[in-house]
Amino acid sequence: MYEHDVIVVGAGGAGLRAAIAAHEEGADVALVTKLHPVRSHTGAAEGGINAALHEEDSWDLHAYDTMKGADYLSDAPAVDTFAQEAPDEVIQLEHWGMPFSREEDGKVSQRPFGGLSFPRTTYAGAETGHHLLHTMYEQVVKRGIEVYDEWYVTNLAVTDHDDPEDRECHGCVAHDIKSGEIAGFHANNGVILATGGLGQVFDHTTNAVANTGDGQAMAYRAGVPIEDMEFVQFHPTTLPSTGVLISEGVRGEGGILYNDEEERLMFEYGYANNDGELASRDVVSRAELTEVNEGRGIEDEYVHLDMRHLGEERILDRLENILHLAEDFEGVDGLDEPMPVKPGQHYEMGGIETDENGETCINGLYAAGECACVSMHGANRLGGNALPELLVFGARAGRDAAGKDLGDAQIPTGPSAESEDGDVDTPVSPGALDSTDGDAVADGGAMADPETVIEDAVAREQERIETLLERDGVNHAEVRDDIQETMTANVNVFREEDNLKQALEDIRKAREQYKHVGVSDPSRTFNTDLIHTIETRNIIDLAEAITLGALAREEFRGAHWRKKHQERKDDEWLKHTMLQWNDGDVNLYYKPVMLEGFDQTYEPKERSY
Amino acid sequence: MSTQIETKETEDEEIEEQSPGERRREIKRQRAENRAKRVEAELDEAEQTRRLKVFRYDPEVEGKEEPRFDDFIVPFHKGMTILDALIYARDHYDSSLTFRHSCRQAVCGSDALFINGKQRLGCKTQVGDLEDPIRIEPLPHQDVVKDLVVDMEHFYDQMHAVEPFFDPDETPDGELEEQRQTPENREYVKMATRCIWCGACMSSCNIAAGDNEYLGPAAINKAYRFAMDEREGENRKQERLRIIEQEHGVWRCQTQFSCTEVCPKDIPLTEHIQELKREAVKNNLKFW
Ligand SMILES: Cc1cc2nc3c(=O)[nH]c(=O)nc-3n(C[C@H](O)[C@H](O)[C@H](O)COP(=O)(O)OP(=O)(O)OC[C@H]3O[C@@H](n4cnc5c(N)ncnc54)[C@H](O)[C@@H]3O)c2cc1C
Ligand code: SF4
Ligand code: FES
Repeated sequence: MYEHDVIVVGAGGAGLRAAIAAHEEGADVALVTKLHPVRSHTGAAEGGINAALHEEDSWDLHAYDTMKGADYLSDAPAVDTFAQEAPDEVIQLEHWGMPFSREEDGKVSQRPFGGLSFPRTTYAGAETGHHLLHTMYEQVVKRGIEVYDEWYVTNLAVTDHDDPEDRECHGCVAHDIKSGEIAGFHANNGVILATGGLGQVFDHTTNAVANTGDGQAMAYRAGVPIEDMEFVQFHPTTLPSTGVLISEGVRGEGGILYNDEEERLMFEYGYANNDGELASRDVVSRAELTEVNEGRGIEDEYVHLDMRHLGEERILDRLENILHLAEDFEGVDGLDEPMPVKPGQHYEMGGIETDENGETCINGLYAAGECACVSMHGANRLGGNALPELLVFGARAGRDAAGKDLGDAQIPTGPSAESEDGDVDTPVSPGALDSTDGDAVADGGAMADPETVIEDAVAREQERIETLLERDGVNHAEVRDDIQETMTANVNVFREEDNLKQALEDIRKAREQYKHVGVSDPSRTFNTDLIHTIETRNIIDLAEAITLGALAREEFRGAHWRKKHQERKDDEWLKHTMLQWNDGDVNLYYKPVMLEGFDQTYEPKERSY
Repeated sequence: MSTQIETKETEDEEIEEQSPGERRREIKRQRAENRAKRVEAELDEAEQTRRLKVFRYDPEVEGKEEPRFDDFIVPFHKGMTILDALIYARDHYDSSLTFRHSCRQAVCGSDALFINGKQRLGCKTQVGDLEDPIRIEPLPHQDVVKDLVVDMEHFYDQMHAVEPFFDPDETPDGELEEQRQTPENREYVKMATRCIWCGACMSSCNIAAGDNEYLGPAAINKAYRFAMDEREGENRKQERLRIIEQEHGVWRCQTQFSCTEVCPKDIPLTEHIQELKREAVKNNLKFW
């Protein structure tokens, strides 16, 4: 068994920031990560990091923009904390050497971005995420923080009290990919999940192959509610053949969207008469798909994003990376021709419910970054807000887990007297198939000491892995394909009741099939067949959660659009969708949105761009 | 949650009589048959196919302890990358085929491979640009863990050896005050900051192959990135130069340009190494 004060699962932006913060508080911290840190998908972020740095800008304007972009489904304490602390975090990165793009006077450049009332997006060429990731990994190396690299965390070690809020997380179980060793990790102070996005639930996504939502699924099955899962952001400009993202920066610099009649669609068809191409992502994504559905798409699939008029010099200076992407992954020269683009899954707004200190309702279990939902992106995330979020809340989670007193959190976690029971008609029952499939948390008993809880968890994971290795069964890839297909067909930008129900039925079938999967690679050495098979289980649980949330929420808000309910219904739906896995039974409830901020109470207004 | 469950016959009557094991094998057989049919149809449909010859090795699996090459025929379409082809082969023929990959867009540096005799990123290499059959091997000069996966530990050790972190004399203490850096200086180090730690350069380098302690192009480039950053102080620069001019440092480089040729991020590695040699001379550091 390995032992540390703080165990951080995942070493992308959120995990690295959390580890550095915990280390600065004097904790013995370790990163356990399935990919080497620099391989994390934070490295793919192109556009930028929002922070109110300029003296004419202010954090409350940033908070306001964030809340408006979120369609008022964010919790104000999270939004205000975020906007207040983002500037310090960005300057901290600069002090760590991040190569930001600069102005003539040597200051960090800032540019306009969709949904922002002030040009407050800092960036480093078109490779912002790459530089953020590497800069923080360098600081991890500098501090000598231990990294368990290519260790796959398969489950959490949590006590099995009936009420999740009484449970305690003592560590996790991980599988050393290279050797096949399965080991327990004991965290004296806390475990921080920082496992990133879940794009692999869909088949057209900007996310990496490793973004399989492991953290969300592990926390969910341990009893932590997952929040607002139906809010999935589709990015309007991804390359049709691969899903590779063409940054919003192109539109920020003045790139224009055209349909097959070479009309400037955002204005021509009134999708966003003020902001045009810079309207928020859900608006632009739906606009593009509407064009395609109404027959004005190119090859019935995509639209054109044109940046040629910006001129070669400006493109090379600010958007050079985009030229390489279009060339390498679509065979298009962006200096010469418009680039084909279509919407693709991009970001999951929902996730593991946490408070503004990163903690979940299970004692000692934290989450930060894309896998978490402190609830600041609400129904729709603004471009450039995810990176500062993982900095602010990664750092807070790290500090809190290391024992620093950040004060009482205002955001409540776990079901409470304020919660409202939920009700949704599903064609098949969701959740586990039977008790053996429930992934109940530790059965070491509520009173067991931490070592026993971890040892029991290790034994269970060993058994699960042995079964998968020994079983002569179906290849997981088939099950994964079925899920991805139904999600893309039925739980996309446009959502209808019948389709959502169809998806739930398909997911249930996939769950049945999963009972029969087996790993055909018999090796203990670098068995990616095994890893992918475990990931597929996580994909099933999360696909179901997204679809359940989408079916329950009968309104149109932010990224979530329902054919029969095309308006935002504040009277009824100003609340978070919560799903809790009670040893295999899925419980749906709602939690009110908090609109009371530090200095202002946010008034829901129409979101017009 | 109240759920209305329509009881549905999801299971095939016939199969229901079987034991779970039998049933599983039955499903597997059916699925395998369907898959084989699908592959056949896809190969038929595709206007062209390509043959991959892929290096296989697993120290603990019978029949794989001796390295061998397996052939996979994959349907070809325009825009297909080597990574796409490998994924196709794995998901349709042999799920034990093992290779690292994640981002699919040349930023994570996971899939540097030896493809038709050259170090390249699988995700950034178009199948259409290569001659058939396509030979795919793990990076040379590194220990093979399994199939196309090599041990990267040594590469990471070398990267860590150059103190790869920003270290200014002091940072401004004013509220929200950044260090200043001219756009020119940022431009100067720009290419050096693009490294994605893929290891292609190191694998292509003859010197590194012969001298295991040689820092190698990527680590030297990392040192360059900081030594040339005007935000760091003069003393720190001297220390950095001392690290890279040691016995297994820049003077080992014989300017063969192989690293520069294979770098997927177009970093002018050899130039950077040469420039550091000149800096070291300027600073009167001793020669090896
Ligand atoms: C193409 C693209 C462009 C983007 N551009 C921007 C932008 O310009 N601005 C912005 O603000 N946001 C942007 N985003 C969003 C933002 O980049 C991500 O939300 C953010 O980087 C996620 O960081 P993370 O640390 O939460 O996760 P990741 O960086 O994905 O890291 C996840 C980590 O968890 C580890 N892990 C996962 N599962 C396990 C497991 N089971 N066991 C052990 N380890 C595990 C992985 O190894 C990895 O280290 C972009 C996203 C994409 C996809
Ligand atoms: S310098 Fe180039 S080839 Fe070498 S590791 Fe970095 S990106 Fe790869
Ligand atoms: S898959 Fe990330 S570099 Fe190729």
